[in-house]
Amino acid sequence: MSRVRGGHNYYQIRFSDQKISASREMVDILLALDLNTIEIHKKNVRKEGFILYDSETLKKKFDEPEFIDIPFKKIALDVGKNSIMANVVATGAVLGLLDLGLEVLKDILRKDFREKGEEIIQKNIACSEAGYNHALTNCARCEAFGIREPEERKLMLINGVQAIGMGALMSGCKFYSGYPMTPSTGILEYLASRAEDYGLVVEQAEDEIAAINMAIGASFAGVRAMTGSSGGGFALMVEGLSLAGITETPIVIAEMQRPGPATGLPTRTEQADLLFVLHAGHGEFPRVIFEPGTPKQAFYLTNRAFELAEKYQIPVFIQSDQYLGDTEWTFENFDIEHLIYNDYRMREKDLEGVENYKRYKYSDTGISLLAVPGEAGKHLVVVDSDEHDEEGHIIEDSETRIKMVQKRLLKKLPLIKKEIEAPLLYGDPSPKIVLVGHGSTYGVLKEVVDTFSKDHKLAMMHFSQIYPLSERDRFDYIELLEKADITICIENNASGQFAKLIKAETGFEFSHQISKYDGRPFTIETLKEELHAYI
Amino acid sequence: MPTSEDYKGQVPAWCPGCGNFQILSTIQRALSELGIEPWEVLLVSGIGQGAKLPHYMKCHTFNGLHGRTLPVATAAKLANHSLHIIAIAGDGDCYGEGGNHFLHTIRRNPNITLFVHNNQIYGLTKGQASPTTAKGTQTKIQPYGVLTEPMNPLSMAISQDCSFVARGFAGDPEHLKELMKAAITHKGFSLLDILQPCVTFNKVNTFKWYRDRVYTLEDEYDPYNRIKAFERSLEWGDKIPNGIFYKNEREILEEGVPAIMEKPLVKQKFSIEEVKHEIEKFY
Repeated sequence: MSRVRGGHNYYQIRFSDQKISASREMVDILLALDLNTIEIHKKNVRKEGFILYDSETLKKKFDEPEFIDIPFKKIALDVGKNSIMANVVATGAVLGLLDLGLEVLKDILRKDFREKGEEIIQKNIACSEAGYNHALTNCARCEAFGIREPEERKLMLINGVQAIGMGALMSGCKFYSGYPMTPSTGILEYLASRAEDYGLVVEQAEDEIAAINMAIGASFAGVRAMTGSSGGGFALMVEGLSLAGITETPIVIAEMQRPGPATGLPTRTEQADLLFVLHAGHGEFPRVIFEPGTPKQAFYLTNRAFELAEKYQIPVFIQSDQYLGDTEWTFENFDIEHLIYNDYRMREKDLEGVENYKRYKYSDTGISLLAVPGEAGKHLVVVDSDEHDEEGHIIEDSETRIKMVQKRLLKKLPLIKKEIEAPLLYGDPSPKIVLVGHGSTYGVLKEVVDTFSKDHKLAMMHFSQIYPLSERDRFDYIELLEKADITICIENNASGQFAKLIKAETGFEFSHQISKYDGRPFTIETLKEELHAYI
Repeated sequence: MPTSEDYKGQVPAWCPGCGNFQILSTIQRALSELGIEPWEVLLVSGIGQGAKLPHYMKCHTFNGLHGRTLPVATAAKLANHSLHIIAIAGDGDCYGEGGNHFLHTIRRNPNITLFVHNNQIYGLTKGQASPTTAKGTQTKIQPYGVLTEPMNPLSMAISQDCSFVARGFAGDPEHLKELMKAAITHKGFSLLDILQPCVTFNKVNTFKWYRDRVYTLEDEYDPYNRIKAFERSLEWGDKIPNGIFYKNEREILEEGVPAIMEKPLVKQKFSIEEVKHEIEKFY
């Protein structure tokens, strides 16, 4: 939530020795630092679970068996001489309850408080130990969870916005302009923090209109450029999107969704901008929309977005949402070998033999040479938001207009479509029941399929390359859906936008639809419960 | 050395007698006198009669959206600061639709030049009031006269410490040419507001109207005195001063951006090898 130090804030952590990919409704341990937390989240604590709290701080005593009263504040004062360390005591206590060891936490404390000096580090470590030991000695049921010692294994910890930012960085993005707006701000922050190390220009624009026009200006001038926002900010960018369309300027746009309309639920999640992004911009021009299901997919799809944007000189979207953007996942690795980087921009040497360079020269593919102004010798680069001729100068005649629409849109579209990968099928290869989703529902669908596939011929079909839809020659996903008995489209919006897109593009209609529009992501429990009506 | 002929592009589609013709030929002469080659210049324009100007030139051109010249020009400069970048806008374009960008570009202070063809009317859309139209002027959509006060772009720019603030008159091309050269060579964001009669829709602010009123700031006038500059920028009416009102030597945007201190962004090669260790930061 956009509550900085006031109001109710919470964070959910889920871990396992199995691979996991979704959030749960129910929690095993609730660590309550205030009374509000207990009031709001008590219902989410499993029967075997615990609620850790400090009756002295909360000025309330609970007698139910799940409550464990630990004097966080008193321990912090006794051991650390400062009540501010109560949260470190509490964190230590959770680890003690799980008997997980303290080494990792101690490392984090050393790193986080390095600038505050050795004394503060030692006090915090002492507080974590005190909390740990308190839980270990005073909690009789700590073995209930059966957690084993973690194996020594380093994993990446990364969230969606960081993955998009790193994907941009590793795709040669040199310019990012944006205006702060939750949940897209993380991309701006990440890239700004890396700007000096990697030679990026990151500009905070005066508004989103400026942000997209800046990205277009930088791209026109010869560098890979990106902008990003959430729905409301992207609404301001729509005019600029159309400018990228007619000028055939490559740009990548991150559209991080949150529930609207207008300000909506600013710090919650939803997938309700799909059709908006699909149709945004006046006039007709090609676009690509990717919607990753995991931070790892976000990383690779951002790379693919830059490749397609520059190859076809079009705007490409990385669409995601608050849930994927802010959720941290662990991964073994991101394989850099899979990244692509092709420089499609033309400089003086590349243009040898070109007599009279024309920015919009007609071609069989619709793609014209993308020269870098000032780097292309004496060749001049002229672009226009008006309809234009091959040179880029304003025209009015219908003959040129028709040729330009064919070049810009109709010739490129089938080529772009060929670049799009088919949806992922996971589970039974000839399923009777298919759960279909896109973007951030990947993880929850996967776990639910794992649960149900023991008893049912069930699969999930996940789309991360949303538009254009892939060709069906390699994998006829529509035929597979037609052969199934039950097809359920599962979306984090109220009107079934993806189902509408599939129907519009293929004619296929899902037998059922599950919609969630309370601003929260699907959890394993809520989705299973919904599915019980059909399975 | 380029001649002004080297800068000639398509045949203009402006009304005969339009003030834009003088502005066009004066830009061509100014650039050739500065020895800048067409491939070293990028003109960025928006939409309006004046914004068509780049098509009548020969140089790199980005003719973008109404009001959006400055974000495009600023970013192009950050991507390639070896280009001379001139933004061409109108009064509606820059002071109305793009007013917010105007304000913030002054704050950013990129080393780009802005020429505003200020004819105090909307020409392209056929005669509505612009942000600089005089109060009381009757138009088709202000039949009872414009109710709002005109904007004073010079005062606003000086109040925000704009790096270079000048005003010229399309009917005095020799003086205008010198102002253009000074604006182009000034290091920092340079505003040159150009009084330009619209012969079709503005029957008040005609060539004669201006000729009767404009005069050049005195030789001894000190353009580094901001308070004085603000005071002189308020002069409007029977007497209208032209010239360089204000300049300063503020740090430019490009000098504060670490990524482009050594060479322009566009000249920097990228390889995945150089960034791949970034991934280690997430372990």
